[in-house]
Amino acid sequence: MRLPLWHLTLASIRNRGLATVLTLVAIALSVTLLLGVERLRNDARSSFANTLSGTDLIVGARSGAVQLLLYSVFHIGDATHDVSWSRIDALRSHKDVAWLVPVSLGDSHRGFRVVGTTADFFAHVQTGDRQPLRFAAGQAFDGVFDAVVGAEVAASLGYAPGAKIVLSHGAGEFAAAEHGDKPFTVTGVLARTGTPVDRSVLVGLAAIEAIHLDWQGGSRIPGVEIPAQFVGKFDLSPKRVTAALIGLERRSTVFRVQREINTSDGEPLLAILPGVTLDELWRVVGVVERVLLAVSAFVVAVGLAGLVATLVSSLSARRRELAILRALGAGPGDVFVLLMTESVLLAVAGCALGVMLLWALSAGIAPWLMAEHGVQLVARFVDQSELVWLAGVIAAALLASVIPAWRAYRYSLADGMTVRM
Amino acid sequence: MVAAGRTVSDAAVALRGLRFGWPGAAQACVDIADFTLAAGERLFLHGPSGSGKTTLLSLIGGVLRADAGSLRVLGTDLVALSGPRRDRFRADHIGFIFQQFNLIPYLSAADNIALPCRFSPLRAQRAGDIGAAVARLAGHLDLPVDLLARPAAELSVGQQQRVAAARALIGAPALVVADEPTSALDAARQDAFLDLLLGECAAAGASLLFVSHDLRLAGRFDRCVALSNINATTEATA
Ligand SMILES: Nc1ncnc2c1ncn2[C@@H]1O[C@H](COP(=O)(O)OP(=O)(O)OP(=O)(O)O)[C@@H](O)[C@H]1O
Ligand SMILES: [Mg+2]
Repeated sequence: MRLPLWHLTLASIRNRGLATVLTLVAIALSVTLLLGVERLRNDARSSFANTLSGTDLIVGARSGAVQLLLYSVFHIGDATHDVSWSRIDALRSHKDVAWLVPVSLGDSHRGFRVVGTTADFFAHVQTGDRQPLRFAAGQAFDGVFDAVVGAEVAASLGYAPGAKIVLSHGAGEFAAAEHGDKPFTVTGVLARTGTPVDRSVLVGLAAIEAIHLDWQGGSRIPGVEIPAQFVGKFDLSPKRVTAALIGLERRSTVFRVQREINTSDGEPLLAILPGVTLDELWRVVGVVERVLLAVSAFVVAVGLAGLVATLVSSLSARRRELAILRALGAGPGDVFVLLMTESVLLAVAGCALGVMLLWALSAGIAPWLMAEHGVQLVARFVDQSELVWLAGVIAAALLASVIPAWRAYRYSLADGMTVRM
Repeated sequence: MVAAGRTVSDAAVALRGLRFGWPGAAQACVDIADFTLAAGERLFLHGPSGSGKTTLLSLIGGVLRADAGSLRVLGTDLVALSGPRRDRFRADHIGFIFQQFNLIPYLSAADNIALPCRFSPLRAQRAGDIGAAVARLAGHLDLPVDLLARPAAELSVGQQQRVAAARALIGAPALVVADEPTSALDAARQDAFLDLLLGECAAAGASLLFVSHDLRLAGRFDRCVALSNINATTEATA
């Protein structure tokens, strides 16, 4: 008795082909959008939270925690103060500190930030799920005028080991003055990480000192020009750096060391836990993602409204069909089930189509996303939380289709055997 | 439930004091003191448009429920049956033919004919091999085999009516109810269609309740009844 209803449903759906296909596409697109936004949200959050891993503390001049994170890790904005090298040295020899990587910021290369650091950077800085940095080509810097470039720098400027590059003083639009007299040689290209490292040019701390030998306070000292071949005669040991990344012997001491640094006398310092501050930052950025999610939920609602509209508008045309079925022995309940089956079928097919579309899309754009934005989007079918969303969509479709199904039920009770046009 | 206690002398349809009014209507639409259709009888019921013919058939089919009175179809009291059981009864025992728009347009002619078997296991069982039953009825009703696979919407009106007749007859229901099935056909086709329908009903031993306002057809039936003679309401516009 139920079997024929399936047959009828399918035949009837096929009969109203175009409207059905359009409804299906609307549902599929809204499901794709919903899952896509949800997926991007999750991926963005996890790739954001993994911008820096394996580092226990970031130390810089005292300012806001978010500000310190922004300029030291994301290279956004500038530090208001530096940290003297003596403090860095003292921290490095702290008994709980396993390693310390200083970073010195302030210069740029064609829009990319220059990071002055030590070769330890490549040994200790990790991204993602504690992935160490890898070289796609070449190796770490060694000489004063060696440089390592991030994947995006290499890709967008076409650099390979051996390329000559010139650094600029300052960053962004103000990077007008060039250190043209002291060109650098690219020795290595890092593999892509999906973090700000990709957009960095890494040089030794000595290099930062060297290019600023004949500079003072942001401009060239008039009349003084020290050619590159003579810089070796000067003291290139760092005087001040912008911040330092610290790894501890034991994670359990992190709060004690942090307190110690934050309350130390003399030069005011700030130590932050990158994970905690990243979370803090995400709460600010994450609002956008939640708004996006709300928008895509509305899109799903629109898709379902389309489903109901299609069914309701087809009802008047199907009234005589329903009367015929009634005459052949279908009960009003059968008519109800017929309509419900139809919309659930459409919703399920729409969801399946949407998931496949999302899969194809994410497989298609994943390389581009990674290359252009460093966002790792893994093409996958559905995980558990997405199944919950899909079940929600189908449940909503079930709920929404009660309206047309109920109307059909009323019709089939009210019309008797009058076959209405 | 039905066939078991039924005897040959049971009337196909027996109404006593049956009353029905459409919701919101001032007057009852059907008010019949006494009416009987004998088993195997082929009866012509006529009345003007709007006199309640279709409404009466809906009552006999159990699609509508009477407000008062008794209505026995093939020995079963329909007024006492619940909605789903009336639906089941209709599917099992009554074949319907309408004036027009009889078929589900997107199903093939063959699927349309077989449709009652999908709703009634009893009729499916009586039809036996459904494909063969469809072919046999189509043959009796002069429907070419190549027509059967075509969507119903592509058939001529005359062909559609013959498909509808085949659908009403499949699985041998004891009662065939036809609601002005010939009014969309020209005179020659009306006669041919009536020949086929009357012949098939006689062959199957089915009672036929044939409703029309076209009195010219009346002579071919066992009996002719005017609805205005049995229906007490004065609503009909003669
Ligand atoms: N679904 C309905 N809801 C309300 N009133 C109805 C409905 N169907 C029929 N009626 C009313 O019942 C009365 C009888 O209608 P019915 O369809 O039974 O007439 P009929 O004799 O079959 O007419 P025709 O020969 O034109 O088919 C009419 O006055 C009609 O307005
Ligand atoms: Mg009528």
